[in-house]
Amino acid sequence: MTQSVVVQVGQCGNQIGCCFWDLALREHAAVNQKGIYDEAISSFFRNVDTRVVGDGGSISKGKICSLKARAVLIDMEEGVVNEILQGPLRDVFDNKQLITDISGSGNNWAVGHKVFGSLYQEQILEKLRKSAEHCDCLQCFFIIHSMGGGTGSGLGTFLLKVLEDEFPEVYRFVTSVYPSGEDDVITSPYNSILAMKELNEHADCVLPIDNQSLFDIISKIDLMVNSGKLGTTVKPKSLVTSSAEALKKQHQKPFDGMNNIVANLLLNLTSSARFEGSLNMDLNEISMNLVPFPQLHYLVSSLTPLYTLADVNIPTRRLKPSLQFISWNQEGWKTSLCSVPPVGHSHSLLALANNTCVKPTFMELRERFMRLYKKKAHLHHYLQIEGMEESCFAEAVSSVSGLIEEYKQLDATLGTPVEDLPRLSVAV
Amino acid sequence: MSIVTVQLGQCGNQIGFEVFDALYNDSHCPQGLCSKRENEVYQESCKERFFSEEENGVPVARAVLVDMEPKVINQTLSKAAQSGQWKYGQHSCFCQKQGSGNNWAYGYSVHGPRHEEPIMNLIQKEVEKCDCLSGFFIIMSMAGGTGSGLGAFITQNLQDQYSNALKMNQIIWPYGTGEVIVQNYNSILTLSHLYRSSDALLVHENDAVHKICAKLMNIKQISFRDINQVLAHQLGSVFQPTYSMEGSYHYRRNPLGINWQVRPPLSGLPPLGKVSLNRELHFNTSIANLVILRGKDVHSADLGGFKDPELYTSWLAPVNAFSAWKTQRAFRKYEKSAALVSNSQFLLKPLDTIVGKAWNMFASKAYIHQYTKFGIEEEDFLDSFTLLEQVVASYCNV
Repeated sequence: MTQSVVVQVGQCGNQIGCCFWDLALREHAAVNQKGIYDEAISSFFRNVDTRVVGDGGSISKGKICSLKARAVLIDMEEGVVNEILQGPLRDVFDNKQLITDISGSGNNWAVGHKVFGSLYQEQILEKLRKSAEHCDCLQCFFIIHSMGGGTGSGLGTFLLKVLEDEFPEVYRFVTSVYPSGEDDVITSPYNSILAMKELNEHADCVLPIDNQSLFDIISKIDLMVNSGKLGTTVKPKSLVTSSAEALKKQHQKPFDGMNNIVANLLLNLTSSARFEGSLNMDLNEISMNLVPFPQLHYLVSSLTPLYTLADVNIPTRRLKPSLQFISWNQEGWKTSLCSVPPVGHSHSLLALANNTCVKPTFMELRERFMRLYKKKAHLHHYLQIEGMEESCFAEAVSSVSGLIEEYKQLDATLGTPVEDLPRLSVAV
Repeated sequence: MSIVTVQLGQCGNQIGFEVFDALYNDSHCPQGLCSKRENEVYQESCKERFFSEEENGVPVARAVLVDMEPKVINQTLSKAAQSGQWKYGQHSCFCQKQGSGNNWAYGYSVHGPRHEEPIMNLIQKEVEKCDCLSGFFIIMSMAGGTGSGLGAFITQNLQDQYSNALKMNQIIWPYGTGEVIVQNYNSILTLSHLYRSSDALLVHENDAVHKICAKLMNIKQISFRDINQVLAHQLGSVFQPTYSMEGSYHYRRNPLGINWQVRPPLSGLPPLGKVSLNRELHFNTSIANLVILRGKDVHSADLGGFKDPELYTSWLAPVNAFSAWKTQRAFRKYEKSAALVSNSQFLLKPLDTIVGKAWNMFASKAYIHQYTKFGIEEEDFLDSFTLLEQVVASYCNV
């Protein structure tokens, strides 16, 4: 059984991360009735004897003493992390696995990447090595961050290079929240494009999350909850709608519902690696099956039930007629079956797709970037940082353009009849 | 006459369990519709073949379990122990922590060499427990990473180390769609490597067995457990003892030892039950057929249909290509049962399909970087294609 380490960077990353740990604990609590520290829990949690001072407290088997998340929390301002450490999950996090600063990155990718990157490189390495040491067999790093800000975007992507160099055999799964069109951070296009170059080059797999889409989903759920149409489709006790409950009350934490969805995504993604099933899927299989070319590693995700239940059968083929597959992968389906359902549901379905539908999103992002860049608006904030030059921008947008071009070429093959290549002929 | 089974990967281990369970249950069926003495001899033979005796009387399967991640093996071991009737050896498994990621190259080039010694040692230990080794039965799938890649590596090793023992690989042909995206690559690499080192490939297609579950058995929500149990039933009916030349009470026939090798082998197994020959205009041409009859009236059964020269290729007389094995002892309470193992053009179409799809994908170079990362280069792919095209052509010309 393998372990994974979650690295949550920036405000968005940490808030989503917090939701994830909350859900993970609840799921394991529901499944693990006897309180024994087993392989499933150990994939994301350590079992620690808190009476032991220092580092010797790890317990590998037996009853659960105190669970600590395999996580590293990074933020360049203290507010969010402090809130987590004072909240209900405070005991889940090891307070030695934090890296914080006071001033924040000012929504500036360059500050996050160049300034804080070099300032905290050693510390980051140290914490990562520590968490790796606690793992029997580390398979994957999950990085959670946003693209539009400064810390998550800049420092988060700086991390990728560090991880690639230090742990080349460990997969890097990045959950990146992309800013919506109406994002209130003016420089978010700069930050996003600069970050995308790093994602292109150093991530194994990216799960892009569109803030606008999340918002739309929550609005729909909200509508259903308020109109009283819950009933059979949306289960009151499910982990997804527990956020709906929160919505019914005050909008205390406006992003809670949206973060919950992302957290659910990560939970479902790892379920087959944590629990048993008749057709297991390890995380390395995701990359193997869904990434045909190294650059094209952006996976669009969809989850049910969010507000309706779908039918799950082996193998799922209902979607097939409406999807257009590329000619050399007409049956490009990878299936995995896990026996343990999510809390409050009898079953669920997570779909990951490597689809050229990401192309318009990237193109739009590039469009927004160019609008600012042409006018050189706000550029001085970046250029005044040591190590930043205009060429960084040029390279970044060129990297994104290259990616868009690759998707375009694949799209172009659609509709044109592709002849099967003549087979090898052999003498018998 | 003992057979050592090697179960590889999730598929191999899940099926392996069902097979041993089926074999054990059959051998302990009360009476089996024959004389008591007959039954005892049958039981003895089955036991010697597949199980070795443990101190406290619980038979231990002659099997080595291999997987690169622990979940399935743990499940398999506990299911066997739970039954209380038979079990796997405590030290008969080899496990790692991280799987092969559906990557044939990883299974073959990384896991293989890395774990060669401990795995071969485990197999050696099982072999030493046998008074007389018939051969090896290797259960694996083609679509994944461990069963396919590591399976190919281990089979090669078995060829080198035990060149006198027979090796039969039970390979699972994946569903046409929806299991693993790179299954066609993994399949052609597996087949081409097994061709060079295995003696016989016994093939079960997931699609075919699925149909059996749906149409013949009317199961509504088919799970892999159902599929595996059907498979186990079929395999059991082939591998359980049958009379050797001397006739009743003599069960010394080697189930692995039929002369399959007229040409490089590829055999298929149609559904169990009354085998009715469709009087079609065109038969799949056979190179060799084996019918196994169990139960009532086996000696008087009419097998004339199988000796029809139209079934066979022109350069073989039916008498050289057809064999029948029999026993009066019924299989798992079926009064009469028949099994057919066939080396014919049966698999020509599926093989051709897989090669075609893999070729198309290969032309676009998709996913190749995942294999070259671990040392399987484009030339290796081309070699595999060449070999399999030759197989396709050979079977076409039969």
